[in-house]
Amino acid sequence: MMPHQTSTLFKSLFRPTLLSVVVALLLLVAFVVLAAPLLPLHDPDAFLSSDGFVPPSGEYWLGTDFLGRDLLARLLSSGRVTLGMALLSTILAHLIGDTLGLLAALRGGWFDAVVSRIVDVVLSVPKIIAGLVVLAVTGPSLVAIVVLTAVVYAAGVFRIARALGQDLIAQDFITVARARGEGNRWLLFGEMLPHVVMPLTADFALRLSFAILFMSGLSFLGLGVQPPMADWGGLVRENLDGLQIGSWAPIYPALSIAVVSVLLNLFVDGLQEREKKGGGV
Amino acid sequence: MTLLHIQNLNLSADSGKPILRDVSLTLEKGQILALIGASGSGKTTLALTALGHMRPGVRHVSGQVLFRGEDLLRMSRRALARLRGRKLAYIAQSAAVSFNPRIRLDRQVTESSRIHHTMSPDAAHARAREVYRTLDLPTGEAFYNRFPHEVSGGQLQRFMIAMGLHEMPEILVCDEPTSALDATTQVEVLKALDTGIRASGTAAILVGHDIAQVVQVATHILVMRNGEVVERGTVEQILHRPEHPYTRRLLEMHRGFDAESGTTAAPVTAATAAAVSPPDRTDRPPLLEVRDLAVCYGTGGFAVKALSGASLTLNGGEMMAVVGESGSGKSTMARAIAGLVQPSHGDVLVNGRLIERDVLKRPLPVRRAVQITFQSADTSLNRHHTVGRILGQVLTFFGERSKERRAERIRELLEQVHLPADYVDRKPSQMSGGEKQRVNLARSLAARPDVLICDEITSALDNIVAASVLDLINELKRELNIGILFISHDLSAVAAMSDKIMVLRNGEVVEQGPTAQVLGAPRHPYTRLLRSSVAAMRLGWLEEASALHRSLRDELGA
Repeated sequence: MMPHQTSTLFKSLFRPTLLSVVVALLLLVAFVVLAAPLLPLHDPDAFLSSDGFVPPSGEYWLGTDFLGRDLLARLLSSGRVTLGMALLSTILAHLIGDTLGLLAALRGGWFDAVVSRIVDVVLSVPKIIAGLVVLAVTGPSLVAIVVLTAVVYAAGVFRIARALGQDLIAQDFITVARARGEGNRWLLFGEMLPHVVMPLTADFALRLSFAILFMSGLSFLGLGVQPPMADWGGLVRENLDGLQIGSWAPIYPALSIAVVSVLLNLFVDGLQEREKKGGGV
Repeated sequence: MTLLHIQNLNLSADSGKPILRDVSLTLEKGQILALIGASGSGKTTLALTALGHMRPGVRHVSGQVLFRGEDLLRMSRRALARLRGRKLAYIAQSAAVSFNPRIRLDRQVTESSRIHHTMSPDAAHARAREVYRTLDLPTGEAFYNRFPHEVSGGQLQRFMIAMGLHEMPEILVCDEPTSALDATTQVEVLKALDTGIRASGTAAILVGHDIAQVVQVATHILVMRNGEVVERGTVEQILHRPEHPYTRRLLEMHRGFDAESGTTAAPVTAATAAAVSPPDRTDRPPLLEVRDLAVCYGTGGFAVKALSGASLTLNGGEMMAVVGESGSGKSTMARAIAGLVQPSHGDVLVNGRLIERDVLKRPLPVRRAVQITFQSADTSLNRHHTVGRILGQVLTFFGERSKERRAERIRELLEQVHLPADYVDRKPSQMSGGEKQRVNLARSLAARPDVLICDEITSALDNIVAASVLDLINELKRELNIGILFISHDLSAVAAMSDKIMVLRNGEVVEQGPTAQVLGAPRHPYTRLLRSSVAAMRLGWLEEASALHRSLRDELGA
């Protein structure tokens, strides 16, 4: 059984499907961003030229930013910030949302009612407005940004997880387990979890791209990561003036946001395609 | 005149697996052809090709489906749309999901004539009234203009037949026209279908899982197995002189219960019933005793009484059948005994001890003692778990810590339900419906119950598979000496095997006692109605049954 399974997994990953191509590209992005400190690049924080917006050359592949720092190095180091924070907050959002959502479906009653109403309140406030208000109060610290993003997106995750859970609750295998007297722990982890892994993975990827966009938006408005640190949204903001003199400096980070978002969405499409073909997990 | 001519039709699944192999048939004007065979034999697929329809995932390999000389499978969508509803009509299994809930019935019945402009509104109106009368629907404009939810299931199915017959089609395809209905309603709908088809003179193709029912309406029969035609002939030929062994076996399955006398092929008389029951029933308390059980859904003014005043006793090695149509409270009783719904009144005793009403409040030994198995094996088994995990979890839950002993017990359980030992690594998707139901049973047995409640466990299965599951239940009852409460809407399935029977109607016990006695000489008209609803495999049954039904319905005042 085992060798067969591994070989089909191997094959399914290396057959040039949409999913495998997208996964390869995402891994490449992750590798480049993570390995940036080890690559022969300039120091992202060093002022290398007295002029801003130096055009691309053999020395500076993407040119320099408004203060004469190497843009490629900055793009990669800020990518680490963007992706790292988005990943962290999405994981948090899913930990909160999945647990509460499945529990709400399972327990129902007052627990479901209370959590659902809180979630309704969170969802009724426009995200960016909530972000502006909260960060104005707490100040734009990294922890505040991550927690804010996590809470804002946990509400949506909760809705999805609860709906998936309620679908399952109606099925007889849950009734059978309940008739046996099983506790919530087995019902949750033993019976329900295997069914929700795939849809929640898809949701995770989608949510991750939302989180990237949201955090970039905050930074662009000046409420996100503060200088000298920067994420892609911040990079767009600080180099925005370059557009007037024909520099591509703000385009590259904007493009990076777009590319990663599209890749994540394609990843979700690929997952769905695989599920449809009966690939399963 | 030949209306439909199917020539050497080969269809396959997308995977290349053949669904129909070299099937040919002709349908003449006035013929009513019944397709019979086990599920998966391709009978529905074949019937649908007569509409020029192939379900998604079905591929046309070779062969033709000629309707008046034109190949339906090569026709354009537009040409097909012109034929459908007008020349080719279809009656689906479940009228409940086939009607638009927001449009009045009469409007839906006459819709096809408006789309095709085949009749003037007045003619369509008159034709509809004519069909309604033929189908024995209640009369009155107010009734015809009801919404789908305002009529009963049997009436709705008759409106569906009316829709099919309204434009006087040349071919009517009926896909399991009665299977979604209660046993007692089936007779009436079948009679209406029979009268309707004969009155309009249309040719028809009939697919049904109850062979005894479809032969009542059919003039010709086609027996199918694994996508191939096994035998064909007139109804008389097939019923009286079947040639192929498979046909004989199919017919045999349906002769198990003889509705007329209420006895079975292997008669359970009072004497044999007594011999089967354990002799020491006087000194030991019964395994299960239910006293005056009542269940209400909802509270206050909205409370609906689902069950009232049900009492029963069940001993080891005994099987009690609980029969009744949907809404009679039989599943509610099962769930109340299992502790899944709260009774509003009454006691449940297991081994002479009063037990808690809520399953979560019951101590482990009591939970172990009462096990319930549900109808749908598909949703009862977690599709992500292997058989070993499904059974193992129950063993772990009831305190088996040793991995070796669990594996040993799982082997034993698989053997008990007659599944190969290597099924331990299979997942539900790798098993057939009957096999899944066996795993489902094994899971209940894993707890070593004293009482096993089977809630319609054979209803979703094919006749042949259901019969083998019933055999298994019978065997388990004897070998393990457990008490079995078998809930079913199908009297023929359980009559042969049960020692006692309880007949429920609208939440009340209508009649109760030893099976041979209750079915041999039923006292209540409803029991007689149920008994007469079991189709007998002989011609002319439908006429007699529907006449009897009418008088019994009068007696019941319904």
